[in-house]
Amino acid sequence: MPETMTYAAALRAAMRLLLSQDERVFLAGEDIGVYGGAFGVTDGLVAEFGEERVRDTPISEEAIVGLAVGAAITGMRPIVEMQFSDFVANAMDPLVNQAAKLHFMYGGNVTVPMIVRAPGGGGTGAAAQHSQSLEAWFAHVPGLKVVLPATPQDVHDLLLAAYLDPNPVVFLEHKLLYKTEGPVELRSRAEDTPARIGEAKVLREGTDLTIAAYSIMTPRALEAADGLASAGIEAEVIDLRTVQPLDIDTVRASVKKTGRLLVTHEAPQPVGVGAEVVAGVCESDALDYLLAPVARVCGQPVPMPYARELERAVIPQVEDVEAAAKELVNA
Amino acid sequence: MPKRDPTTPDGARRSLLVMWTIRRFEEALEELFARGVLHGTMHLSIGQEAVAEGVAAALDEGDFITSTHRGHGHAIAHGADLERMFAELLMKDTGYCRGRGGSMHIADVAAGNLGANGIVAGSMTIATGAAFSQMMQGTGKVVACFFGDGAANEGAFHESLNLAGIWSLPVVFVCENNQYGMSMAVDKATAGGSIVRRADAYGIPGVRVDGNDVVDVFRNTSEAVARARRGEGPILIEAVTYRYRGHSKSDRNLYRTVDEIEQWRKSRDPLDRYEARVIDEGWLTSDQLEECRIEARDAVRRAVEAAFRAPDADPADLVGAAYA
Ligand SMILES: Cc1ncc(C[n+]2csc(CCOP(=O)(O)OP(=O)(O)O)c2C)c(N)n1
Ligand SMILES: [Mg+2]
Repeated sequence: MPETMTYAAALRAAMRLLLSQDERVFLAGEDIGVYGGAFGVTDGLVAEFGEERVRDTPISEEAIVGLAVGAAITGMRPIVEMQFSDFVANAMDPLVNQAAKLHFMYGGNVTVPMIVRAPGGGGTGAAAQHSQSLEAWFAHVPGLKVVLPATPQDVHDLLLAAYLDPNPVVFLEHKLLYKTEGPVELRSRAEDTPARIGEAKVLREGTDLTIAAYSIMTPRALEAADGLASAGIEAEVIDLRTVQPLDIDTVRASVKKTGRLLVTHEAPQPVGVGAEVVAGVCESDALDYLLAPVARVCGQPVPMPYARELERAVIPQVEDVEAAAKELVNA
Repeated sequence: MPKRDPTTPDGARRSLLVMWTIRRFEEALEELFARGVLHGTMHLSIGQEAVAEGVAAALDEGDFITSTHRGHGHAIAHGADLERMFAELLMKDTGYCRGRGGSMHIADVAAGNLGANGIVAGSMTIATGAAFSQMMQGTGKVVACFFGDGAANEGAFHESLNLAGIWSLPVVFVCENNQYGMSMAVDKATAGGSIVRRADAYGIPGVRVDGNDVVDVFRNTSEAVARARRGEGPILIEAVTYRYRGHSKSDRNLYRTVDEIEQWRKSRDPLDRYEARVIDEGWLTSDQLEECRIEARDAVRRAVEAAFRAPDADPADLVGAAYA
């Protein structure tokens, strides 16, 4: 029986399962112990599993991610946390030049099974250095997988899928999702997870247009779809769930059905994941089914501002998705 | 020349005024936050006022500071306008960053505040670069770089001290050791058990000062600044102090005891201690001291009222704003 829980709790439950199931798993990060993590995600885990396996680290992002790489290639299964995804900028070498490369560069004689969890996104008033959506950076680096779960069930299942994956996985959690609630079926073994990295999910079926979203834009797209429905427009909503690898087939199939495509993400539009989705559709026969130009509803190309109204203007809102969808359908 | 000397009657009045202003400013922010009129979070430096003032007083007009996420005190001590600070936090167009930066990013580059920084140790390499620039341009100016005990474990700390060391750059690194980096006690985070001794590794002087004694901070910083100005290179100052409030607004204080906080507050408060000293030394009378307190309170009140009346930041101004 699924129970209702928050995104944070479902994520914590997945970490608890992994810590219980596999001795090689450990957590490391800043203030993840008694503080419970900046967003309370690891609350209580240190009491359950001890300071050895739920490790508070000094403020040393490069060392935290490097630690994970070194541990992963020598038999452990690290899950490390960047307190905010922005700080991964301090750890780009171990992530990009090391974790992502080693398997290939060493001719396949090593794997790097590690997870870097990081809260991203804006809407909290934390401004430019604590609000970014950096998924496109990572998705552009061959060797990294990039996962952005949108629901409590998915965050649980995808963390387990990330653990089962032999590659380094960047696991991006939107801060505004932590407190959202939903039904969650807790797995009793990681292997029971039905989620696969690289599989999108159609969350709502529709005939008039396809909205491809992920992370925080998934609930916003669903809300927009409700609004559109009352205006007589039936949107199909796809949660991409992972952006590297990207499940373009699901998007293509949907576009063939609806004839219209809107892609939305909070990250700035230029050179973003949306462009990749659009190109992927255009490279297939789905192109022939398009009845209107494609649309992107994305973040404004400025650093995230602090002031509430400024921040709101930069982040795509439900109304923005709804308006763009109407324009597409009525074009 | 130091901007003011807290060991003289006139300097004492001004330093006390700055310290009370910092405290009242942050108390006012707490109240605004509780009323729900602010956005985001903030990091308060209540209890650490003597470090900000001791360092800023020792700088000359035109010298630079770089600041941290806990930077209100640094900005105020280095001469920031209270109304523009409040306006920033109240999301006004008249704020220091036009409402774009908020609490963590107050900057006034023209006045020598190169900016508060949301990235731990993020300002350390910048301070080093600004000091390099002073050396190259021969300005004779000095940079004071504030950072926390937690920042001393970032690569940026080590790279900055090394670079400043080999090139003898005019930068004074000021570690505000307030005992914790968020929840992590400094002892637990610091291999070797001492931040100040890390200076040895880079061949630069290191000095540990009582960060709750504005006079001690001032004297040591003055010497460091004079030395840096003479071209004799950087210094690491470790100022031992304590943060009374939570790390930020979401802190449940699970990693320390109420007793510990009370101990520091009762017996080592920087304002209590400086006021006692000022009276003892005869720098000010108790009436003058009371005047300082009232002046600080009134200045904060006036500033917040004026800031409320300013126009809000305007989303229309965001277009193209990422580029100069
Ligand atoms: C690179 C980076 N890592 C982590 C953080 C999150 N964070 C902000 S302040 C802080 C603690 C900093 O401790 P310290 O340097 O001692 O300064 P204090 O907060 O005590 O003034 C942490 C972990 C950050 N902002 N930037
Ligand atoms: Mg500290």
